[in-house]
Amino acid sequence: MTEVEYHPKHELIREERFPHVWCPGCGLGIELQCYLNALEKSGIPQDSHVLVSGIGCTARIPGYANLDTYHTTHGRGLPFATGMKIANPDLKVTVISGDGDLFNIGGNHFIHAARRNMDLLVICSNNFNYGMTGGQHGSTTPPTSKSASTPYGNIEPTFNLPYIASALGASYVARWTVMHPRQLTKSIRTAMEVKGFAFIEVLSPCPPNFGKFNGFKDGFEEMEFYRKSSVVQNDAKLEDISIDPFHGKNIVLGDFVNRKRASYITLEHELIDRVRGGGQ
Amino acid sequence: MIKEPKISENQREIWREPVNFGRFAVPKGEIHIFPERCKECNYCTNYCPNQVLERSPEVNVYGYHPVRVREDKKDSCVACGMCQSICPDFAIFVKEVKIQ
Repeated sequence: MTEVEYHPKHELIREERFPHVWCPGCGLGIELQCYLNALEKSGIPQDSHVLVSGIGCTARIPGYANLDTYHTTHGRGLPFATGMKIANPDLKVTVISGDGDLFNIGGNHFIHAARRNMDLLVICSNNFNYGMTGGQHGSTTPPTSKSASTPYGNIEPTFNLPYIASALGASYVARWTVMHPRQLTKSIRTAMEVKGFAFIEVLSPCPPNFGKFNGFKDGFEEMEFYRKSSVVQNDAKLEDISIDPFHGKNIVLGDFVNRKRASYITLEHELIDRVRGGGQ
Repeated sequence: MIKEPKISENQREIWREPVNFGRFAVPKGEIHIFPERCKECNYCTNYCPNQVLERSPEVNVYGYHPVRVREDKKDSCVACGMCQSICPDFAIFVKEVKIQ
């Protein structure tokens, strides 16, 4: 009788739910694996990690992680996570959600969580469109690229997510693609130790929607596109790194910002100590 | 005594042989595949640096052709772990074999 084989991550994933719902070539599985790798290396016990998500393809990730996970209402992952972190500051709360969830419907929550420098790790999976509903364009769709709702090309300028996060005062800002799994793992690992708001944008292929409309035959072609058009530049000027790959502009990747700024939980505990000590 | 460097076929040219090359063994990996999870995305077959993997003609329960190890490249895996980290479906993993 042969020995039963397990995947090295079988204690961190809910193996009975595999194979997962994502399409062939979707990068979300790689993103989950990078997160779990970083979690293993962080040294923080598995019970102290919480994974929160909103709605969307990316928001299915917590369903496959064997942690305490929350699948919340659309765009409201950050308020749930904020409440959880304030109630129990010992938890390591990670919000993992898509671009549509975090920046289109939940954009306002993102702005305020970053402004407060809330102690959260936010991983935003950017696939340039609304994947779950059939590939409509959103705020992150690159100019002139096609989607289900922009068949003649998108005329809107796109959000520059690292620039937004940095301008709002996030402690840690990075951007990687799923084509760079080792760098992404290292980045998540670093961000887990950051005090304050850590934001990582992950570019992920969406072969049946964004890929199909823009002439990529399958997920591999889209991955190759990321590999060829991306450059790593950690000291890039953030205002210049908006994603516009269809006009010959490279996708700039890197760990852009890592700064020390007083986080919300620190300030809150200082306030509690001061008031309890009889101060004003 | 100077040993000949062990170079497997399709390995890149070594432009300068390190003086202590013979003291280090090339690591060897053993690939494990869960065929029922594979979705035929072809990332592992394309990104394996030694082209160890290929699509098999068999069909799994969902109608995909799962990957398998090529018969002629059975010993070429160097346990770099690229297929494991690029697989979106948790369908493949590599164990390093200890060389005696």
